[in-house]
Amino acid sequence: MQGIQSAAEVTSWLVTGRELFLIIHILGVLCFAYIVAKRLVPLVRGQRDLRFDQPLLRVGRVLKFWLGQWKHPRYKTAGTIHILIFAGFILLAMRAFTVLIVGVSENFVMPGLSGTAGEIYNTITDYAATIVFLCMLIAVIRRLVFKPARYAVPARFGKAHTADAIFLLALIAILMVADSLFAAAKAAAQSQQGQPLEVLAVFSLPWMLQSALASTALPTLGRVYFGAYLLHEVTFYFLLCYRPFGIQFHVETSLFNVYFAKLDREILKPVRWGVSEEHLDQVKSFGVKTFEDFTWKHILDFYTCADCGRCSDNCPANAVGRPLSPRFITIKARDYAFQHYPMFGSSGNGKPLIGNIYSEDEIWSCTTCGACEAECPLLVEYIDKIVDLRRGMIDDGNVPQSLQKPLKAPESRGNPYGKMEKKKADWIKAKDFQQICNVKVVDGKNGADTLYFVDSITSFDDRMQSIGRATAKILNHIGESFGILGAAEKDSGHEVRRFGEETLFMALRDHNVDAIKASGVKRIVTADPHAYNALKHDYKDVPPVEHISQVIAKEVKAGNIKFNPVENPDSVYAYHDPCYLGRHNQIYDDPRDVLDAIPGLRRVEMKRSRDRSFCCGGGGLMLFYEPKEDQRMGVKRVQMAAEAGANVIVTACPFCMVNIEDAIKVAGMEGKMTAIDLAELVDKQIARESQTVA
Amino acid sequence: MEILVCARRVPDTSENEIQLNSAGDDIEREDLVYSINEADNYAVEEALQIVARVGGNVTVATVGGEDDEEILRREMAMGANHGVLITDDAFGSDGRGIATILKAFVQKGSYDLILTGVQAEDGGAQVGGMLAALLDYPFASLVNSIEVLDGKKLKISREIEGGNKEISEIDLPCVLSIQTGINEPRYVGMKGIRQVASIPIPTFGVSNLGLDPSAVGEAAAKVKKLDYFVPALGKGAEILHGSREENIDKVLELVAAKGGLK
Repeated sequence: MQGIQSAAEVTSWLVTGRELFLIIHILGVLCFAYIVAKRLVPLVRGQRDLRFDQPLLRVGRVLKFWLGQWKHPRYKTAGTIHILIFAGFILLAMRAFTVLIVGVSENFVMPGLSGTAGEIYNTITDYAATIVFLCMLIAVIRRLVFKPARYAVPARFGKAHTADAIFLLALIAILMVADSLFAAAKAAAQSQQGQPLEVLAVFSLPWMLQSALASTALPTLGRVYFGAYLLHEVTFYFLLCYRPFGIQFHVETSLFNVYFAKLDREILKPVRWGVSEEHLDQVKSFGVKTFEDFTWKHILDFYTCADCGRCSDNCPANAVGRPLSPRFITIKARDYAFQHYPMFGSSGNGKPLIGNIYSEDEIWSCTTCGACEAECPLLVEYIDKIVDLRRGMIDDGNVPQSLQKPLKAPESRGNPYGKMEKKKADWIKAKDFQQICNVKVVDGKNGADTLYFVDSITSFDDRMQSIGRATAKILNHIGESFGILGAAEKDSGHEVRRFGEETLFMALRDHNVDAIKASGVKRIVTADPHAYNALKHDYKDVPPVEHISQVIAKEVKAGNIKFNPVENPDSVYAYHDPCYLGRHNQIYDDPRDVLDAIPGLRRVEMKRSRDRSFCCGGGGLMLFYEPKEDQRMGVKRVQMAAEAGANVIVTACPFCMVNIEDAIKVAGMEGKMTAIDLAELVDKQIARESQTVA
Repeated sequence: MEILVCARRVPDTSENEIQLNSAGDDIEREDLVYSINEADNYAVEEALQIVARVGGNVTVATVGGEDDEEILRREMAMGANHGVLITDDAFGSDGRGIATILKAFVQKGSYDLILTGVQAEDGGAQVGGMLAALLDYPFASLVNSIEVLDGKKLKISREIEGGNKEISEIDLPCVLSIQTGINEPRYVGMKGIRQVASIPIPTFGVSNLGLDPSAVGEAAAKVKKLDYFVPALGKGAEILHGSREENIDKVLELVAAKGGLK
C-alpha cells in the first residue's frame, strides 16, 4: 500500500474515495438486502416443507454436491469450466472482501493473511482470477460459436437466453479484469518508485497488466488504480444486485438449495407437510394449483436453477417431442415469480398455473423416470412438483379422458384394467405350467415364507404372465416356500400415486398391507420394479421386499443357480435399466452380474445406461395415456440398443417389456431385435437337475 | 337455471365380463361392478357447465334402490348441488312407468331444463321422450351442444348420420337427451366422494310423490322382457396375410369399398 499512498494525487482521491466507497458499500448492501427480502416473500407464502432434520448428513451433502461439485464432471467440458469458475470464486471470496474493505480502510489485511501466508494467497488468487477470466472467455465462445443444443430455447418457451448469459459472463470477466488491474496498477507504481514490490504471479492476468503498465506515468497509474477500484466496486455490487433477477442467483442460493435438498428421494412428498394421513380429509385442496401451493423449498429450486439444460438434455419426454421440458418447468415458474412478486408494488395473483404457465399435457407427459433429478448439479427436484401438480389436477377433476377409466377401475376392481378380481390368479393355472410349478394362493390357512407380489400387469396381461411364470419357476427352483395373494392382491398403486390420486393410492395400499400381514409371510419378492418401489418406499410395516434380480444374483453367488451356456452364439445382449430398479433404487449390478454368470453370454452396454438409462415410455397408467409426441421413447431406446451392437434387449420390468416389444415392431426391427425379461432368460438358461451342466 | 338430470346406475361394461345367468333370462349379476350410465355422466357435466355459465342448480335424480345412492354421491362429488333417490318397493314397471315416476317428481319441483343420457347402456332410450310427452314439454334427442339463448330458449345441435350437424332452437322448459362426446366429463376422485359421503340424500316414494302404485308397479308394465341371450358369434375379422405393401393396398381397397374413403 505504501507505494501509491505516498503519491499525493492518489492519496487525496482515496480520501474522497473513502466516502464515495462507503456510500457505494452501504447502498449496495441495502439494495441487495431489499432484493433478497423481496425474493423471500414467495418462500414465506409457500407451503411448509420439513427440511431441518439431519444437519450432519446435510452438511456432508453440501461438501459433496456443493463444495465437491459432484455432478459436474458428468458433462466434461461444461463441468470442468464450472469447477474452475467455482473454485476460483471460492478462492477469490476473501480477496474480494479484502478489496472491498480496502476502499474504506486502506491498511486492512484479512486476519491470517499477512506475511508469507498473504503472499501465497495472493499468488493463488492471481491465478484464480486469471483462470476465471479465461473461463468466461471460453464460456462466451461456447455460447456464441459452439452453441450446445441444450442451451437452445424452443420457440414455445420464448426467446433465447444467450444475451442474458453473455451479459452475466461479461460482468464477471470485467470484475476479474478490474481486480487484476487494481493490483497491477499498484504494483507498477511500487515498482516505479523503487518501493518493496508485491510480487504478482508470473503469467497471471495481474502480472500481464503490470507489464503493460510498467512505463505508464505515475499520475496516470494513480487514475488507473482508482478507476480499476471504482470499476471493481460498481461491478461487484451491480452483479450482487442483478444476480437475483436471473440464472446467476444460484451463486447465492445453491448452498442453501443443496443443504435443504431432499434426502429420501424415493419417498414422494406428502400431500401437505405436517398433516398426517388421518387428517388429510380436512385438507380442502390437494396438490399445487397456484404458485403459492409450491413449498418454500420448491420455490427455492426455481431461484436456484442455473439454466444449464442438463435435466431436459436427459429427459426422455423432451427427447421424443412431448410438450414437457423440465428445464422450463423451473424457468416458467421463476418467470412467474419474478413477474408476480415484483420489486415494487403488490404481489401474487393467485391464478391457476395449469392453463396459464403450464399445460395439462406438459404435466401428464412425465414418466417420473428421474433422469432430470439424477443429472441436476444443484439437486433441483422435479418428480414431487409434477406429482403435486397432478394432485391439483386430479382434485379439480381435470384428468384426460384416457386416464379416467384406469383411475376408476382400481377403486372397484383393484386394477386399472377393470379385470375381475377372481381372474387375478388365472396365470398360475396354465396347464403345462401348473404341472411343473404349482403356485399356491396364500391365505390364513395356506402359509408361506415368501410372498410373490405379482401386481396387475403380470397377473392380467397375456404376454407378461410369462414373466410371472418364469419368476415362479425360479423361486420354485431355489426351493423357496412361496405363494401369491391371488384375488386378495390389489394393484400396488405405484402409478396411481404418481398420477396424483393419493386417496385412491392410500385405499389400495391399506388393502394390500392388510392382506400381506394376514398372509403371515416373512418376506416379499416381486419381478415388477414399480411394485418393488411401492412396497419398499410407499408402504410401511410390510416385510422386507426384494426384486427378483436381487434374489437371483444372491442365489447365483451362493451356487444355487447354475446356467447352461447360451445357445445362439450370434446373440449380443444389452441390459436396459428400468427406472424404478436402477435410478430409483440403485440396483444396477445385480441384473448385470446375473447376465455375466451365464456362460457364453456376450453383453454390451448402451451409451445411456445405469443412472443415465433412457426410459422406455413409462409404466402403469402411462400405458393408457395418449401423449402428444413425435416418436415413442421405446423406439429411441431400441435404436440405442442397436447402436450398441445388441440384438437382444434384456430388461427386468413388465412395463419395459410392453414398451420395448411394441417399439421393436414400430421401428420395423422385428427379426433383428428381440426383448426378454431377466426372469424369463434366467428361467430359460437355468441348468436343472435333469440336465447336465455344460 | 334449475336443471334436473335423470341418471341411472348400470353394470360397468368396461369392468365386467357379462354372462348369462343359468335361467337364461338375465345376466349374471353376482360379482358385477356398477357405475353411472356413461351418457348420464355427460349430461351431468353439461348441466354443471351450463350452471357455471348462467348460474343455477343441478339436481341429479335416479329411480332405483338403495345401492343406487352410490352414483348420486359420485355426481355430487362432481359438483351437482343435490342428489335425489326415488325408490319404492312398489316400483317395477317398464320405461313408461319410470317416465311416470319421474314426471311426478318433476312436478314436485320447478325445473327449467331436464337432461337425460341418450340411452342407458342396458336400456332402450325411451324414458326421456316419454317423460317429455307426459309433461307436455318439448323434447330433443341426441343433443351434442347446448347454448343458453336468453333464459327462455336454448340453441342446441345434434349430429346427423354421416357427420352433419343440425342446429335447432327449443323453448324452455324442455327435456333433452344428451349424446356422449358433448363435453369431457371431469374426473371424480375418491377424495371428492368421501367429502360428500355424509350429506343426507332425500328419498321419494309412491306416497310423497302422490303416485298410484298400480300405475308404476310390475302389473302396469305393458312391455315385458321375454328372453335374453348372447347372439352366436358371426364371421370373425378378416386377417390379411400378404406383404406389408399388399396389405396396405388391400386395406385401402376394403375401406374404400365400405365408403370410408371419398
